[in-house]
Amino acid sequence: MGSGTWILALLVLQSVFGGIYGLEQEVNHRTERISGSAGDVLEDDPVGRLKVFVYELPSKYNKKILHKDPRCLNHMFAAEIYMHRFLLSSPVRTLNPEEADWFYAPVYTTCELTPNGLPLPFKSPRMMRSAIELISTNWPYWNRTEGADHFFVVPHDFGACFHYQEEKAIERGILHLLKRATLVQTFGQRNHVCLKDGSITIPPYAPPQKMQTHLIPPDTPRSIFVYFRGLFYDVGNDPEGGYYARGARASVWENFKNNPLFDISTDHPTTYYEDMQRAVFCLCPLGWAPWSPRLVEAVVFGCIPVVIADDIVLPFADAIPWEEIGVFVAEEDVPQLDTILTSIPIEVILRKQRLLANPSMKQAMLFPQPAQPGDAFHQILNGLARKLPHDDGVYLKPSQKTLNWTAGPVGDLKPW
Amino acid sequence: MKQTARQHPNRRPYSAAVPGEAAALRPPSFLFWSAVHGLCCLVSAALGFRFSRLLFLLLFSPASHHHHHHNHHHVHLLHQPPTAVIPAPPLLRPDLPPPPPPPPAVAGRVGVGRHGIRVRPWPRPNPAEVARAHKILARLRQEQRLRYGVKDPRPVIVVTPTYARTFQALHLTGLLHSLMLVPYPLTWLVVEAGGVSNETAALLARSSLPVVHLPFHEDMPVLWNDRHRFEARMRLRALRVIRERRLDGIVVFADDSNVHTMELFDEIQKVQWMGALSVGILAHSVAPDATAKRQQRASEKETSPLPIQGPACNSSGQLIGWHTFNSLPYAKKAATFVGDGVTVLPTKLEWAGFVLNSRFLWKEAEGKPNWARDLDEVGISGEEIESPLDLLKDASSVEPLGNCGKKVLLWWLRAEARYDSKFPTRWVIDPPLEIAVPAKRTPWPDAPPDLPYQRIANEGGNVEKHVSKKIRSSRSKRSSHNKKKHETHVDTQVSDMSNAQEK
Repeated sequence: MGSGTWILALLVLQSVFGGIYGLEQEVNHRTERISGSAGDVLEDDPVGRLKVFVYELPSKYNKKILHKDPRCLNHMFAAEIYMHRFLLSSPVRTLNPEEADWFYAPVYTTCELTPNGLPLPFKSPRMMRSAIELISTNWPYWNRTEGADHFFVVPHDFGACFHYQEEKAIERGILHLLKRATLVQTFGQRNHVCLKDGSITIPPYAPPQKMQTHLIPPDTPRSIFVYFRGLFYDVGNDPEGGYYARGARASVWENFKNNPLFDISTDHPTTYYEDMQRAVFCLCPLGWAPWSPRLVEAVVFGCIPVVIADDIVLPFADAIPWEEIGVFVAEEDVPQLDTILTSIPIEVILRKQRLLANPSMKQAMLFPQPAQPGDAFHQILNGLARKLPHDDGVYLKPSQKTLNWTAGPVGDLKPW
Repeated sequence: MKQTARQHPNRRPYSAAVPGEAAALRPPSFLFWSAVHGLCCLVSAALGFRFSRLLFLLLFSPASHHHHHHNHHHVHLLHQPPTAVIPAPPLLRPDLPPPPPPPPAVAGRVGVGRHGIRVRPWPRPNPAEVARAHKILARLRQEQRLRYGVKDPRPVIVVTPTYARTFQALHLTGLLHSLMLVPYPLTWLVVEAGGVSNETAALLARSSLPVVHLPFHEDMPVLWNDRHRFEARMRLRALRVIRERRLDGIVVFADDSNVHTMELFDEIQKVQWMGALSVGILAHSVAPDATAKRQQRASEKETSPLPIQGPACNSSGQLIGWHTFNSLPYAKKAATFVGDGVTVLPTKLEWAGFVLNSRFLWKEAEGKPNWARDLDEVGISGEEIESPLDLLKDASSVEPLGNCGKKVLLWWLRAEARYDSKFPTRWVIDPPLEIAVPAKRTPWPDAPPDLPYQRIANEGGNVEKHVSKKIRSSRSKRSSHNKKKHETHVDTQVSDMSNAQEK
């Protein structure tokens, strides 16, 4: 009788596991697991893998600025604010700096806005410098590593170069004081001054609730082949074309404005999100900077992103295999964009759609409030956790200090 | 969306930033450069395109002067893509401390500065590519349907009563094409009044659908009220065939003149036993003069929205009643017999708004609800079947479909030709019409030139007269030696219309 119950239990267990396996098979047919160069890490839980200490900076660095202009919560640079709020209440936060692996200083450098809503980065270097001076004098942790175990969120156009114009940004370079710190930024381009090794690229902020309210039934046919809404020529700043987007957007317009497969225009339709859900390919060309919220929107709405930006580094590039999900077109190949897109084999397109349909993919691009597992906040923490443990060179002896506190343009040295 | 309002106060055009740097240079070299540049301006003006940058790039790579005095600014259309990579200017400033080593971006593949706008020489869509793109879209649609569409779709059984008349080809062709687009296995039961005719058979043969062509050996009555009842009997005949053959699927009552959306066929897959849909009633009049008057009246008072028949639900989505057709506004202008040229009104509840599970009709089917009447009892002994609700003992168990009747997925329409209209058999004009008499005023060269508006007005009238003359002459010719039973006349309605306009 004992052996009978054992056999029965074994059979039950087998059927249960078989059922689970069958279910997983079915799920896999619909969506595929996404694993990048770092492995299958999208769904990792950072809790327990790292500890973050949040500096209590005076509110003039964060709360007061936000209070002066609450528009900062909705624009595409809002990640710095929401990251701060997430960390304050996250289980990875520790109040004991001695046991912290990473240190975070909440400085809202992208919150000084013009009347139009665009951020002015001119005071940002001074603000950042002032914050670093503060933390280096009030806490010993900056000086012992010169910032190598600190991270900052700099979501502006060209990251910590703190300028919106690329030539000026390259000229300034990354703020000298941040040269050892880890930067969490939206800008990513290979072989560029403003992206240093070890930075974590994140997606720009896109409002999750707003996108949620514009979802349409998933069985609506995707009848638009290529979709794009935005500027092709920035008439105010580059009327001739050729500077803006390195001429790529203008090239798209000139080549495909009469092509029936391309639904491209400069309109601002109210059905923008709905239209993206009815399109197969969504163009994500560079603008003044290579990144844009279009990538996030395309991923959330299941439209295959066609990235036209040479050498761009996409968000969470080690966790997400972007080559398998999006289509990359070199800027010089834009005139052949229609040939390229129509000659992609159908199985490849189907696979990309399956990968995009994976909910963990969509979740990784968003900054929901409150935070949810697998979202961009967690991906940032996962990225930071993957950089642990810090190697021994992080801790410096006094003779090894290399940070020059007076480097950089003279204007940056003024106190903020 | 990022760059939509990039009217940045500090974002001056690139060129405006440069003169400051130019001024910092020593005067002699400045003069030299401006002289060379002026020369290049003249040469460019002569040549017709701006080559200065290219030349400077090739000869004097570190220097870069950009002035925007050219008159012939145009989009840089390069047919080959040489990357006009112009390095950043600040390398020339002598007054700063030694500049940091040139950033690797300049030496890398992607550079800052003005690039050409690449346009291929013939930017027209390639038809082969467009065809490929459509194939891709179709395949993706199929995949989407598999993933998000109906699971385990059931076949569809379409019941259509019809009879041979002028507008039959019009209606049946439309219905045929709609049914050919339905992605589910379909069986089409066509019940024809007056027996199976070659006309109808020829039309049905054009589709690739499995058709069951059932004869109904009585002629279609002329009065509309009778016709509604007659059609109900024809549909019952089809239902009996379904019962006999135990056809499986969802029964849709598609009248040949109705208009169906494709979503309808997806929506009906949800039905369990009997479902009801909202039907938009297109009650309109046929004759043009009546339409004009109606439009006048309609613009005077606010047009009421389209009348809709269908289920009525309460807020929790349960069926509580029916929206039926209110025939009072149309009372004076309703059609009485087929083809009299005025509005045809539907019955209270049209058959088209109901769908059935075919097992509902079977003698025995598992799970068949007890509120279903046995089909054999229905319709015998002269019982009037007005709507499918008569097939039920209890009308409250009907399922409302289409978001509880909020979505209109099909439209009811009855449009028939005039009662005295004739049409050529199989719509083939054989032997071909002969050109009888040339019109009086044709644009031959020796005719006096008309003023444009006169000519257009006359040409319009010419066409009418021409056609009617043709008809009359051909008819007269034909009637003289016509032995066939069906006369091959062109519909006289055209000539009647032209007569009306002339008056």
